[in-house]
Amino acid sequence: MQPDELILRLQQKDEKAFERLYSLYSESIFGVINSVLHDTEASEEVLQDVFIKVWDNCESYSSKKGRFFTWLLNIARNAAIDKTRSKAFKNQKKNLTQEYFVDILENKSSFTSKVDAIGIKKYIKTLGEECKKVIDLLFFKGYTQKETSEELNMPLGTVKTRNRLCINKLREILVN
Amino acid sequence: MDIQEYIDSGILELYVYGALTPQESEEVSQVLAKYPEVQHEVEEIEAALQNLAAATAPYNPEALIARIKSKLRTAEGVIQLQPTASQKRTRIVSFISIAASVIFLIGIFILLNRTNNLRDELRVVEIKNTQLESKLNFSEDALKETKDILAVIRDPQVTKIPLAGQKAAPKAYVNVFWNKAENKAYIDALGLPDPPKGFVYQVWSLKLDPLTPTSMGLLENFSEDQNKIFELANPNDSQAFGITLEPAGGSKTPTMDQLYTLGVVQTNA
Repeated sequence: MQPDELILRLQQKDEKAFERLYSLYSESIFGVINSVLHDTEASEEVLQDVFIKVWDNCESYSSKKGRFFTWLLNIARNAAIDKTRSKAFKNQKKNLTQEYFVDILENKSSFTSKVDAIGIKKYIKTLGEECKKVIDLLFFKGYTQKETSEELNMPLGTVKTRNRLCINKLREILVN
Repeated sequence: MDIQEYIDSGILELYVYGALTPQESEEVSQVLAKYPEVQHEVEEIEAALQNLAAATAPYNPEALIARIKSKLRTAEGVIQLQPTASQKRTRIVSFISIAASVIFLIGIFILLNRTNNLRDELRVVEIKNTQLESKLNFSEDALKETKDILAVIRDPQVTKIPLAGQKAAPKAYVNVFWNKAENKAYIDALGLPDPPKGFVYQVWSLKLDPLTPTSMGLLENFSEDQNKIFELANPNDSQAFGITLEPAGGSKTPTMDQLYTLGVVQTNA
């Protein structure tokens, strides 16, 4: 359920609501940022900037445009990508290979209680290469459907349906 | 509209990703508001994605909220200043100044402390100095006294009269150095025992025929005197000297049974 009431209170600059929303979304947003940056310290910085932006610009969110989570995702991905373009970050991460979220999950051993660790691990194991790439581009990197189809040499419609199957698998594993 | 087909198309996933154009997104939002099953589907997709994303977080960043809140522009319009680069620099500068002040104060404290220590030391040295000075004075006095005594003994005008121990104190002995010209007699009483408490030695000039004693004076502070040499005036034409033990303050006539020493002046001297 989207916490519409909390979002409304946030838009009235209610700090308590801000805190509640932070605790609901910060970990996944932190994950998205980290999947782009692969750097905990830089991710912390960006996460803070993102939620300060959320506070400053919360009036601009409207449920008519989309999900609150999606709105957060956009801010987070943009901020993270901006960070990758910053000189300091570039210098530090010169040899950044084509890493993506799967690397993090494969190398990670401890998960917080919020996360279904066993499910996620299992999911990553059974997930095909194509699914990993599609999810990485669309979800973590914020590519549009068109950009993804170009990147992966995949027809536009196929991107959409293929992605649905990939996400269905995730949902199945997490529900079971 | 076939809702299941709509759901199966995969548009809802793209909607949650934010991969749709703003227009497409708004359309999905409208469908969402109309159809609870679409709403439900979106919630589930979102929950799964949140779960996946949270798994890639380095840790649960719940604690960072405090830092974030401290940087928020609050509703009261109170702008909580964020350190800009120059403020950071200012902070560093002020930190350095504070550090410098602290070091300076510590330095002053150390100097003050050292000064106090030095002052104390100086006081000790001064006291020692005074003690040494007084010792020196004392030594000088003693030396002078000794020299005086030596001078008296060496003086050819001085007659030495040994007084021998008598019945009351057979082991006692005294030498009298008598300078007739200056009417002074020096009593070297080292051979006398300390007088008992409440008593004092009294020195007598004696005329022998008939025996006439004249008091020359008392050997006061006998025990305290180191040299035991006492200077007394003796204007008498003495023929002999005697020393008796008398009650404190002395007596008008000698107590003969307490005669300690006695000696006769050699007439040919």
